[in-house]
Amino acid sequence: MPETLKDTETTKDGTAAVPGPTAATMAASTKPEKARSLWSDAWHDLRRNPLFVASAILITILVVMAAFPQLFTGADPRYADLANHYLQKPNWSHVFKEDWFGYDVQGRSIYARVIHGARNSILVALVVTALVTVIGTATGMIAGYFGGLIDTLLSRVTDIFFAVPFTLGAMVVLTSFEERSVWVVILALAFLGWTQIARVARGSVLTIKQADYVMAAKALGASTSRILLRHILPNAIAPVIVVATISLGGYIGSEATLSFLGIGLAEPAVSWGVDISSGQEQLRNAAFVLIIPSIMVSITVLAFIMLGDAVRNALDPKLR
Amino acid sequence: MAEPRKSGEAVDATPNVTEVDVVDAGSESASVAAIEAPVERGEPILQVRNLVKHFPLTQGILFKRQVGAVKAVDGISFDLYQGETLGIVGESGCGKSTVAKLLMMLETATAGEVFFKGQDITKLSGRALKAVRRNIQMVFQDPYTSLNPRMTVGDIIGETFDIHPDSAPKGERRRKVQELLDVVGLNPEYINRYPHQFSGGQRQRIGIARGLALNPEIIICDEPVSALDVSVQAQVINLMEKLQDEFNLSYIFIAHDLSIVRHISDRVGVMYLGKMAEIGTDTQIYDHPTHPYTQALLSAVPVPDPDAREGRERIILSGDVPSPANPPSGCRFRTRCWKAQDRCATDVPLLAIPERFKGSDSQAAHESACHFAEEKDVVHAA
Repeated sequence: MPETLKDTETTKDGTAAVPGPTAATMAASTKPEKARSLWSDAWHDLRRNPLFVASAILITILVVMAAFPQLFTGADPRYADLANHYLQKPNWSHVFKEDWFGYDVQGRSIYARVIHGARNSILVALVVTALVTVIGTATGMIAGYFGGLIDTLLSRVTDIFFAVPFTLGAMVVLTSFEERSVWVVILALAFLGWTQIARVARGSVLTIKQADYVMAAKALGASTSRILLRHILPNAIAPVIVVATISLGGYIGSEATLSFLGIGLAEPAVSWGVDISSGQEQLRNAAFVLIIPSIMVSITVLAFIMLGDAVRNALDPKLR
Repeated sequence: MAEPRKSGEAVDATPNVTEVDVVDAGSESASVAAIEAPVERGEPILQVRNLVKHFPLTQGILFKRQVGAVKAVDGISFDLYQGETLGIVGESGCGKSTVAKLLMMLETATAGEVFFKGQDITKLSGRALKAVRRNIQMVFQDPYTSLNPRMTVGDIIGETFDIHPDSAPKGERRRKVQELLDVVGLNPEYINRYPHQFSGGQRQRIGIARGLALNPEIIICDEPVSALDVSVQAQVINLMEKLQDEFNLSYIFIAHDLSIVRHISDRVGVMYLGKMAEIGTDTQIYDHPTHPYTQALLSAVPVPDPDAREGRERIILSGDVPSPANPPSGCRFRTRCWKAQDRCATDVPLLAIPERFKGSDSQAAHESACHFAEEKDVVHAA
């Protein structure tokens, strides 16, 4: 169905595009017409993509969960009742109740902890992605556009950061901090994560800067900042956005990994990674303590990767 | 493979419209010459002197050392007068587009000068260069890549006013853009459309409108119609001629299509391997070529009349164009020239009126860089 819709629209444009304004085209174009850029085309495609719709709904729920956990549960994730609830089994019929997913080794409601744990994971993912995109795009754009010595210098610095194993590097950075708040974790991940974006941005800028419209802007006497911001950035950003959305899911996983290893967030912080870390000790007698937060991580990572995939397909003109 | 035909492009892309002109010009060459003779020859508006562009060839990763240079443009001189069109023709890779980029200051010249109204613009930078750019603008070859796909037509043309804020007051800009669209024959209502909503010819009109926005005196057209199909080529060429009369523009018209160049140009320069082989008025070049390369090039122009085609002589050159990184000594054309003698390998022929034609009234008395320049009318030979 979307195919036929699109076809009729292109023919409409096609007929209006006969050289020379005729009376008919004049009349047609006096109506306010909707401009269709790459982004509006992409949005048009995305709305009809079930993968996108599903992931968008999931992400919306997760973001609301992170922002307003009280909407989902009234229970306190830090309230421990060892006497009554030590490793109490989940009660699957009590949907959205405190004991839905059972209780952990401290007698705390797993349901409440899973809901409240979303905040740290989502916060880490969004802030790290934003930081990484800004740092990576700026570095890649400067390296790609100016070339020469600046490019060599920035590219080698990127290579050095790229060579550091991500988890190992993050461990080294994190252990150097006394107190590990969520912002320290964000800093550590962003510090090491910008290299991929920088490479993608550099490659994209290298092709865009050859374009005739960049030449034309130079010939008009446009300043470097105008060329970079008005001509190169809007045309080079699409692949960066795709990589950023896909890696968003990865940062949730990384935060969980670091917390699991005991060097990310730590008790009393509520986070999926912290819960997975403490749950693994009870794997034999109470597997649900480990499995439930793990499933949350998987669903969230999957939702973001699905979103990234859908965005990539929508922005890739070759798949049209 | 055995005989790579010269100037294959000229053969592919000759529009019907202008082919007719080539044939007509034969019978009425005298009157055509009178009409198309360059207008007032006052001070040249643009003087190019020994312009050189060498692209270095480097080797090594960390410590780059220069192992040679691609001599894309190797000493070119010509003048451009107010209101005239200078055509520059030559096959692919002969340095035509590099000349355009050098004149636009998009590449820095290795040596040589470009004087705009007496001022050497190759040494300018910053504000002074920006001021000169207002007077020299460019129309690009490919209308599909020369317009930013993320900007509306209004933004693309209006950007010139943002870059040069004193050229139009803020409130006037939108109206000026619409005027420009009207001038190039587009509906002013299209101002909010994106480039992909236009056909190739319409896009090229947008490119021309952008070039006109600052009221330049010179427009450099780098193959402005070669990406368009034949019927649209004629429309765009006619538009450019109309605009030239209206705004008294000077064009440097770069193309590989000989017929189109003849149609629009007052004077024509023929380039071969980074050097100018021959330069003169269009009648001098097309009807009285004296350089063997020009003669070979012209003999490849398709002739629509089958009878004329039967009788005419085809000059078929052997071999390929030598690499500009290692051009032949002496005359650049000697490796493929049927007139070449020992002298051609040692003495570089200068671009000047050949000795034997000096002082003669003949049309053959124009600048030609050949030791053995000799008139030969290839187009009309029967």
